[in-house]
Amino acid sequence: MELTGAQALVKSLEMQEVEVIFGLPGGAILPVYDPIIDSSIRHILVRHEQGAGHMAEGYAQATGRPGVAMVTSGPGATNVVTPLADAYMDSIPFVCVTGQVATSAIGTDAFQECDTTGITLGVTKHNWLVTDAADIPRVVREAFHVATTGRPGPVLIDVPKDVANATMEWYWPDGVDLPGYRPASTADPAAIQAAAELVRGAERPVIYAGGGILKSRASDALREFAELTGIPVVTTLMARGSFPDSHPLCLGMPGMHGNYTAVTSMQQADLLLALGSRFDDRVTGKISAFAPKAKVVHVDIDKAEIGKVRRPEVGIVADCRLAIEALSEAVRAAGPLDRSRIAPWIATLDQWRADYPYTYDRSEPDHGDLVPEGAGRRPTLKPQFVIECLRAATPPDTILASGVGQHQMWASQHWGFEYPNTWINSGGLGTMGFAVPAAIGAKVGRPDRMVWAVDGDGCFQMTAQELVTASAERIPVKIAILNNAYLGMVRQWQHMFYEERYSEVYLSPDLPDYVGWAESMGCVGLRVESPEEVTPAIEKANDIDDRPVVIDFRTDSMEQVFPMVSAGASNDEIIVHPSQRHLRAEATR
Amino acid sequence: MSPDRRANAARHHLLSVLVENKAGVLARVAGLFSRRGYNIFSLAVAPTDDARFSRISIVVDVESSPLEQVVAQLDKLINVVEIGELHPDEAREAELLLVSVSADAGQRSQVIQLVGVFEGRIVDVGHDALTVMVAGTPDTLDDFEKLMVPYGIAGLQRSGRIALPKLVGRTSAGGRAELAVGIA
Repeated sequence: MELTGAQALVKSLEMQEVEVIFGLPGGAILPVYDPIIDSSIRHILVRHEQGAGHMAEGYAQATGRPGVAMVTSGPGATNVVTPLADAYMDSIPFVCVTGQVATSAIGTDAFQECDTTGITLGVTKHNWLVTDAADIPRVVREAFHVATTGRPGPVLIDVPKDVANATMEWYWPDGVDLPGYRPASTADPAAIQAAAELVRGAERPVIYAGGGILKSRASDALREFAELTGIPVVTTLMARGSFPDSHPLCLGMPGMHGNYTAVTSMQQADLLLALGSRFDDRVTGKISAFAPKAKVVHVDIDKAEIGKVRRPEVGIVADCRLAIEALSEAVRAAGPLDRSRIAPWIATLDQWRADYPYTYDRSEPDHGDLVPEGAGRRPTLKPQFVIECLRAATPPDTILASGVGQHQMWASQHWGFEYPNTWINSGGLGTMGFAVPAAIGAKVGRPDRMVWAVDGDGCFQMTAQELVTASAERIPVKIAILNNAYLGMVRQWQHMFYEERYSEVYLSPDLPDYVGWAESMGCVGLRVESPEEVTPAIEKANDIDDRPVVIDFRTDSMEQVFPMVSAGASNDEIIVHPSQRHLRAEATR
Repeated sequence: MSPDRRANAARHHLLSVLVENKAGVLARVAGLFSRRGYNIFSLAVAPTDDARFSRISIVVDVESSPLEQVVAQLDKLINVVEIGELHPDEAREAELLLVSVSADAGQRSQVIQLVGVFEGRIVDVGHDALTVMVAGTPDTLDDFEKLMVPYGIAGLQRSGRIALPKLVGRTSAGGRAELAVGIA
């Protein structure tokens, strides 16, 4: 069967069981857009290519299947560089197809030409410039294999226009031939044995669970191991939901804005079981002062992560789920575990949990800086309160997306995650503007679930135009803007480290008019200014299922995220909420 | 060998990297070094006896502990098939040097004599200069280069080190040397 390269590309995507492509056509990718009309694959026309990339990421994170985006050459390609970098940092399987100028024009500075494979070299797991239409099925098969196996990540296929127009004889390869690519799978039994011995001997063990738990679908294995051993679990920003927050062994999020117990448990641990986590600087704080008494068992599918930041006592290069299952087996095989060994440790953790929960001042007088003179006073709306109300008013398996900044930290702290793949955020790259398109992608992948995005006013303004996409495609996502009129996290740092000299962080609460903007994009727009309006507005939004909803929550601009470990400081120097500082003072006296 | 070359030698590690012979592979390898902040001291690349693969010999300037990290990162590149670190006492190393050196009638015979001692060849002759090719171990070339300096060097190009593991004591059943893979 003779096909054009473009037809072969679309057919190859069908062979990979792609159900949706997020994209935007242009000159160089035009040939590929013609067979899309006849394809079973749904195409979602975005308003900006960055949106296509983040939608593909949101789709991938919600479903565990690779997300696919398709864009044209030049600016189309450069606009997806941010999502590619984001997916690279957070190990998200993402296949991006870019158009390219004809092979005869490559290197001539042709219209809409850029060196796409060169530009994306450092932000993809691998990329391909296809120079022969006959290579297309093979390259697509390889691309999906690379994106979804081992440590997942983004890949890019660059297709010159003449290659898309050329003809080839259709075939579908039996497998892939990549002699240099051998992803790890099972763990070395000797290393598992060594790890099991450390587990059995530990007095203050902590499981440091990372995003690899979700990538390897190891939530059940993790829960079984934790319950078998009684070892408490911290879940990093990328692992939220991999272990239920309501579980008695869950200590919650560690790191720069993690809770006191999660952070301090790692500092005082004598054994750290790092499972699919990578000792990110936001988790470790000052690395030389991180978990100083702990022996480390580090499980990661990426060999380069073992010893990159912290040299482990036992390094295990393996799929997280397989390694955890083997570890459970090895611990069980060695006979009954003496739980009394860790009982004092658990008691200590329980005391910390009682003393240092996440907290905020529930009702402070209005600071007045957002209220015009004479407009009257009203109770301040706390952003954390909004998240608590949102959590209470939505189903337990609601998917929550977020942008980057204060709202992201509050969402992670106060949401209470119960299920894997219900938290979609930009952890490694910290991409503002991630929430709206990622939520849309998640809703496309999981139409059966309610999908909310918690966004900041700064973030929202970066990618809000994708709500036009959502309206046009009838994708009913719901967006909660925590509108504090500031680039809040930057403001918080200027407050704490720059003597309250606020430089270029004020955004205004009502420019733009978020409700008017939402409605102009085909969404329902709501505004909430006081605490008693919060839940009714959320319930109203929950009842709307035929279009997106945007709620403009006017929140306290002074609110700060606590606890906090300053950048570069030791985790021992954690700054807790002002109301808890007397306890810290007593403890360290 | 000049003093600072000797001082650097401890930080120099020779990696022998077998890669798929595909477009852009060298850019991927070189790009990884710059992205992760490692310095390449020298680099030589050519196809192997099997045309599907090329061998890149890279002398990298690092302390030994980050070397492990650069090897692990290199190993993640899809087109990298195999990586070995070759320790100088376990490898046969060679390098090629071309040098154009000033040599008028009065000095020419001295230069030719030195070329003879180093088993080099005169590959070009001008009125008051010679171009010389010398092959040898990197140390030998360092010594030769140093001896040429007083005559005046007009141009110099070295190929970068290439190497294979020593055969004696390291041969496998098939008679081919096996590479020691860099990290555990």
